Amino acid sequence: MRKVAVVGAGMTIFRRRLQETGKELSFEASRMALDQAKMEISDVNAVIHGTAPDAFDGVHMKGEYLLDGSGGIRKPYMRVYTGGGTGVFSTIAGWWHVASGLADIALVVNEEKMSSCQPHPQSVFAHIWDPILDRPLKPNLVWIFAMEMNRYMTVHGIPYEDIARVAVKNKRNAVGHPCAQLPDANITLEDVMNSEVMAWPVHRLDISPPSDGAAAVVLASEDVVRKRKLRDQAAWIKGVGWCIDSTMWTDRDLVFPEYVNRAAKMAYKQAKIDRPKRQIDFAEPYDPFDYKELHHLEGLGLADKGKAGLMTREGITERDGKLPVCPSGGLLGVGNPIAATMGIKIGELYWQLTGQAGKRQIPHEVHTGVAQAWGDLMQYGSVVVMGA
Amino acid sequence: MTARIEKWPGVELGPKDLEGGTVTTVRSRPDARFAWSAGEAMSRFLAELQRGRLIGRRCDGCKRVLFPPRMFCEECFRPTDAWVYVRDTGAIETFSVSYLDTDARRIAEPILVGVVSIDGAAPKMGIMHYFGEMTKDDIRIGMRVKAVWRPPEERTGSVLDIRHFRPLREGEG
Repeated sequence: MRKVAVVGAGMTIFRRRLQETGKELSFEASRMALDQAKMEISDVNAVIHGTAPDAFDGVHMKGEYLLDGSGGIRKPYMRVYTGGGTGVFSTIAGWWHVASGLADIALVVNEEKMSSCQPHPQSVFAHIWDPILDRPLKPNLVWIFAMEMNRYMTVHGIPYEDIARVAVKNKRNAVGHPCAQLPDANITLEDVMNSEVMAWPVHRLDISPPSDGAAAVVLASEDVVRKRKLRDQAAWIKGVGWCIDSTMWTDRDLVFPEYVNRAAKMAYKQAKIDRPKRQIDFAEPYDPFDYKELHHLEGLGLADKGKAGLMTREGITERDGKLPVCPSGGLLGVGNPIAATMGIKIGELYWQLTGQAGKRQIPHEVHTGVAQAWGDLMQYGSVVVMGA
Repeated sequence: MTARIEKWPGVELGPKDLEGGTVTTVRSRPDARFAWSAGEAMSRFLAELQRGRLIGRRCDGCKRVLFPPRMFCEECFRPTDAWVYVRDTGAIETFSVSYLDTDARRIAEPILVGVVSIDGAAPKMGIMHYFGEMTKDDIRIGMRVKAVWRPPEERTGSVLDIRHFRPLREGEG
C-alpha cells in the first residue's frame, strides 16, 4: 500500500445555529482545505463525504444533496456514515482510495447541521432505537450514556469529580480554538459538578452541545507530496482501524469499549506501535461526554482500565502534560456537529503535527498522534494514527 | 498556513433568528408512518410477554441462551436451535435516574431506568426497562430484581406488559 499524507485541512466555526446551508458549509471547509494544500478541485481524483443521519437535515440521499458543496460532481464520490464514528472513519475511506492507488489526491469533507430539526435534534435521535424492544419505553438518548457512565464509574470506583475534570480541561483548551462554540477560560470543577443533573450521573456540563459545522482534509500520495513540494505541510497517516460490536447493547458489558480496543490494535499494528503508552505523544479521543474521553483512553490502550481519571487528576492529559489529550478543546469545548468533528480530531492531529495549531500548539515536540471517533448504539470505533 | 487564518467561515444565528423570522427560513413537517412486521423471533417473544413469560433461544454452537431471542446466533453465525423459557428475575447491570423525558423536557419526579440481566439467559444478556417500588437512593448496580406484570387483560404483547422491575423480596428467586 502507498503512503498517504494529509496536506491541508479546513473547517468552519461550530455553533448551535449557522446561517449557511449544509452545502455552503461544505464548500467553505473544502475551499479552505484546498487552498491550504495549494490545489484546485480539478486536481482531486475522488471525493468522500461524511455526514450523519439524514433526519437531522430532513433530506434523504443526503450524500447526493451535499455533493455540489463538497466538489464531488463528475468524480468518483461516496458518502460514508458510521454514526458518530464518521468523524474519523471518512478519513479512513479517503485513505484507502489513495493507499490503493485508485486516487492520487482525495478530498474528505464532513458536514452536519443539527439546528434544522426543530425544536431540538433529540426528536430524531428517538428513531435510532430498536422499534420493538426499546422504543415503547420512550427512551431519551442521554439515558444510554448515563447507563454506560454509571457502569464505568461504579465497576471501577471512579469518583465523579475525576470525570468532571475532563469537561473543565477541554472547555479551557477550547479557548485557543478559533472555531469553538463553548470555550470557557474560567470554568471550575465546581461549575461542572454543580450543573443540573439531566440523567444521573450525567450533568448538563458533562455533555457536548449540538452544533452546525463542516470540516475537510486533503489526502495525497507520497508522489504528490514530493512533486508538489508539500513535505513541510504533510502529516502522514501511519495506521487505520475500525470495528463495530452488536447493536444488542443490553447483551454486553458497557464497562469497556472492546470495539475501540480492536480498532486501535488494528491501527497500531499497521503503524508498528506495540507500546502505545510510550509511542503515542498526544491523543484526540472522542469526547461527546466527559467520561467518554476516559473510556476511550482505556480502549486506545493509553490508560490502564479504570485509571484514565487518575491521569486527568494528575494533569498528565493537560496540553503541557506528558500525554496531551484533546488539545483542540474537543467536542466538549469546540462543539459536536457529529461528522464534522473531523475538524477537531483528524484536523487537530494535522495542525499539531505540522506546527500550525497556533495558540493550541502543544509546547513540547510531538511526533505521533492518535484520533478516535465513536458512535451508533455505543458500538462503533474508528481510529487513525498520524505522524509528522 | 492555517494558524494565520483570521476569519473562519460561518455566520452564527441566535434562536430568535429562526423563530422570529429575521432570516429566510423554509419549513416542512414530514408525515411518515410505519408498521414493522416483528419477525420470527420477536413475534414469539411478544406473544410470550402477553402470557406473562420471558423466552430466549438456545444456540448449541456456543451453548448460550440468547436473550432477547433471535433466530440466528451472531457469534457462531448459524441458526439457533430451540426456544428456552428464562426467568422473570435478574440483576441490575446499570441504571440512570433521569430528569429528562423522551423529548428532553425536564421532569420533577425522576424515571428510574436501566439494564436488567435476566436469570436463565447467558451472562450479561438482558433488556432495558424501568425500575419501581424503590427510590433513587435505594437503587444500585447488582441489585436483584423481579418483573411486575400488568394484569393479563391489560397486556398487549409489548415490553410494556412488564410494568417495571421491583426489588426481589426475601425468599423469592
